[in-house]
Amino acid sequence: MKLTRRSASACLLASLVARPSWAASSLEADAAHAVNRLSFGLAPGDLERVTRGGIDRYVEEQLTPERLPLPASLTRQIDLLSTTRLPQRELIQAFRDAGQAARNDSEEGKAQRRELYERVTLEAGEARLLRALQSPRQLYEVMVDFWFNHFNVFIGKGLDRVLVENYEREAIRPHALGRFQDLLKATAHHPAMLFYLDNWLSVAPGYQPARGAGALQKSSGLNENYARELMELHTLGVDGGYSQADVTELARMLTGWTINPRRTTGNSVFFFDAQRHDAGAKQWLGRQIAPAGQGEGERALEVLATHPATARHISFKLAQYFVADAPPAALVDQLGARFLASGGDIRAVLAALFASPAFRDPAVHRAKFKTPYRYLLSAVRAADLPLTNVRPLLATAYQLGMPLYGCQTPDGYKNTEEAWLNPDAITRRINFATAFASGRLPLARPMEDLLQDGDKAGPRQAGKFNPAWATPPVNAEQLLATLGSTLSTRTRETVAQSEPGLRAALLLGSPDFMRH
Amino acid sequence: MLRRHLLKASALSGLGWFTLGRGVWAAVGDAQASAPPPRRLVVIMLRGAVDGLSVVVPHADAAYYGARSTIALARPGAPEGVLDLDGRFGLHPALAPLLPWWQSKRLGFVHACGSPDGTRSHFDAQDYMESATPGRKSTPDGWMNRLVGALPSEAAGATRAVSVGAVLPRIYAGPQTVANIATGAAATRPTLLDRPAIGAAFGQLYGEDDKVSRAYQASRQARREVMASMEGADLEREMTAASNGAPLPNGFPDDAARLATLMRNDSRIQLAFMALGGWDTHANQGAATGQLANRLSPLGQGLAGMAQRLGPVFDDTVVVVMSEFGRTVRQNGNGGTDHGHGNVMWVLGGRVAGGRVHGSWPGLESSALYEGRDLAVTTDFRQVLAEISARHLRLPDARLAEVFPQFPAAQDRPLALMRG
Repeated sequence: MKLTRRSASACLLASLVARPSWAASSLEADAAHAVNRLSFGLAPGDLERVTRGGIDRYVEEQLTPERLPLPASLTRQIDLLSTTRLPQRELIQAFRDAGQAARNDSEEGKAQRRELYERVTLEAGEARLLRALQSPRQLYEVMVDFWFNHFNVFIGKGLDRVLVENYEREAIRPHALGRFQDLLKATAHHPAMLFYLDNWLSVAPGYQPARGAGALQKSSGLNENYARELMELHTLGVDGGYSQADVTELARMLTGWTINPRRTTGNSVFFFDAQRHDAGAKQWLGRQIAPAGQGEGERALEVLATHPATARHISFKLAQYFVADAPPAALVDQLGARFLASGGDIRAVLAALFASPAFRDPAVHRAKFKTPYRYLLSAVRAADLPLTNVRPLLATAYQLGMPLYGCQTPDGYKNTEEAWLNPDAITRRINFATAFASGRLPLARPMEDLLQDGDKAGPRQAGKFNPAWATPPVNAEQLLATLGSTLSTRTRETVAQSEPGLRAALLLGSPDFMRH
Repeated sequence: MLRRHLLKASALSGLGWFTLGRGVWAAVGDAQASAPPPRRLVVIMLRGAVDGLSVVVPHADAAYYGARSTIALARPGAPEGVLDLDGRFGLHPALAPLLPWWQSKRLGFVHACGSPDGTRSHFDAQDYMESATPGRKSTPDGWMNRLVGALPSEAAGATRAVSVGAVLPRIYAGPQTVANIATGAAATRPTLLDRPAIGAAFGQLYGEDDKVSRAYQASRQARREVMASMEGADLEREMTAASNGAPLPNGFPDDAARLATLMRNDSRIQLAFMALGGWDTHANQGAATGQLANRLSPLGQGLAGMAQRLGPVFDDTVVVVMSEFGRTVRQNGNGGTDHGHGNVMWVLGGRVAGGRVHGSWPGLESSALYEGRDLAVTTDFRQVLAEISARHLRLPDARLAEVFPQFPAAQDRPLALMRG
């Protein structure tokens, strides 16, 4: 049976109970699987469109996002944001000015600083979530989330309070479907990463800073934080075959990689300070490293980006993200080979992944438990509401243990059922679904109003509620059509028997909707 | 019937939670009255590797001051100095609320303690500390989950374990039932799902026997239990009184007080776990004040509040504070410390042999350091955990190897952490 939005209202009751089992047709189930994995969830019309046009075409379309135009409404909303256009230098200046203003515990200054942090955080969240919800380039947005987690930085640490959005914009987004080496290098040179993992402070032993160098005067030796995570998390993986000596040697090679807003190159405040660089010879991963200044670090990134251990590590993470928590070893091997053969071409690796029998195996349909981030996005996408205010979503993500940009540790958020399925999580999701479906969240509060008014609730709180900001209750009939065969017969039957006002909440809070 | 279904679910599942209700307890009430009060264990994990040399400071060790020109804590008696413990060691001044517990010999420490595995990866080291199988990543379950299964229980399912926080930690991974409760006041606030019509409708949807449904059922059960245990506790008023009217900071002190109240009022909760982050002080760690002190302060306040609030139950409770590894002896170029090895474990409880720094102190001379840079480990962290499990929780010797499978020698060199 084919179910469209138009026919749904005509034969609601029939559609509620007449589905024989999980899949009315295997084509529809396959299409639902592809959309559920390549996007943040089925939106109205997706199932019909992909079933009709074919899955291969959908995958191809998603792998070439530059051909998909962005809707004008999305562009217009993003254009209202102001801090999401600022270059690194200006953001750092604003951070320093706010820090100055808040000196000596001046209340006014502290309020000014808080306002800056809140505005930057809220706008970063708005930009990220609006794109994730409304952009037709869904796979691209999914990969932005994937890579941000892989190269995680934390919004709660110093300078990164103002830099995370710029980091996503300038280091992650341009390379999300590009070459891994370019992505790795972009993160390594970005001030958000240099700051987060302390490399900006790491200097040659015995280095004496010049007078008046400000905060950098604190630097007087090696800091191995970034060098360690660069190998453990970003590239080789913890079992990638390196030693503590390799960590220290790599840290020495990266000394002098720092931040200097007065010495910008283009838009970047990255600065290689030869004075701080350890010019001695190094021995790293069994290689002799001849002194080459900044070139040592650049070369190290190239070695790491193309290393077989890196290919394996990245392939495992992609397979786990897109296929199953414990992905088949043969698939990981196949992707690793593709990674090496293509010179780390992310698009090529993904194309191989989506074409693999492992990805299309019906046994992995709905095998993934949604992360809180994906759960929230998928609910809003399925309901197709005119959302302008993302604060209630940010607040719920926080309560669910997954604040956006709020992962404190450099390993980023996990993507497995083990990490996210627990009793408290389910009831919190249900509570969100119930409030959301009944239109009780201020999701339609105009963005202009949000960005200008004096509501200091902060991005973690939903803020005051004004009925004018409510969204209409979610339409259960439309949801049934949108979600198609991803809803079990049991769920459809239970929902059909429940009171109409609760139906949408039950669908979005159902066990079926927790998976994808 | 739902009850039978729940019992079946928890017995058969590979992953269970909190599935026993008050009805079951009523049936075993008489047996409980005559049994000795249950022993409890609270584990607090400091994720990110706390600098143990700043927690229990070796102020008599000259090498400590030599290695830390700007972040060393001053000797006792000096301005902003440590609080002397035993002439050799001193407590970080931000932990002053804990000093009375040391003085009354109910707080002790095990120094130079840690893992035999040398990894300096946070994630691997935490994994090993939670599986209690250092060097072996394939261990599927966490030691606290194994402990739930191995503890003697007067009635079927009488052991219960809780976790505070939005996600279930590795330490509780495994087949035994564990409840997780939210942090903050949300733990006891009414929700939409508490409305009968909404609860009934979702109950229907989640009536199956799959993992997600079991999580839902466990959560509803846990919520009923928590609400019942908190009933009449008037937590907010008690907490305000305990702090002389000053409002408590959000975060750990609040959650610790809530957990203590829950444990005092519900004798069936034997094990609890909480994790705190933010200890990875690679730069500007500070000394008596600063970044690390700002983290330690609510921790000390929260632990002291928890000990007090446990009341009569404190005698039957041990609180362990642990962290995946210590930090370098020498401060780095940025007023911080990098990933190290040996650390300090904290042990607090009514029957703890407190007022002592246990373990053997290897010293901080360069020849004594692990790989020339870190505090050496002279006590395996499993020694501490195994001893508490055996002597305090009364885990039979025969089950000890189940909980700490690669550590058969637990009884050979006792630290004598427990009195009596």
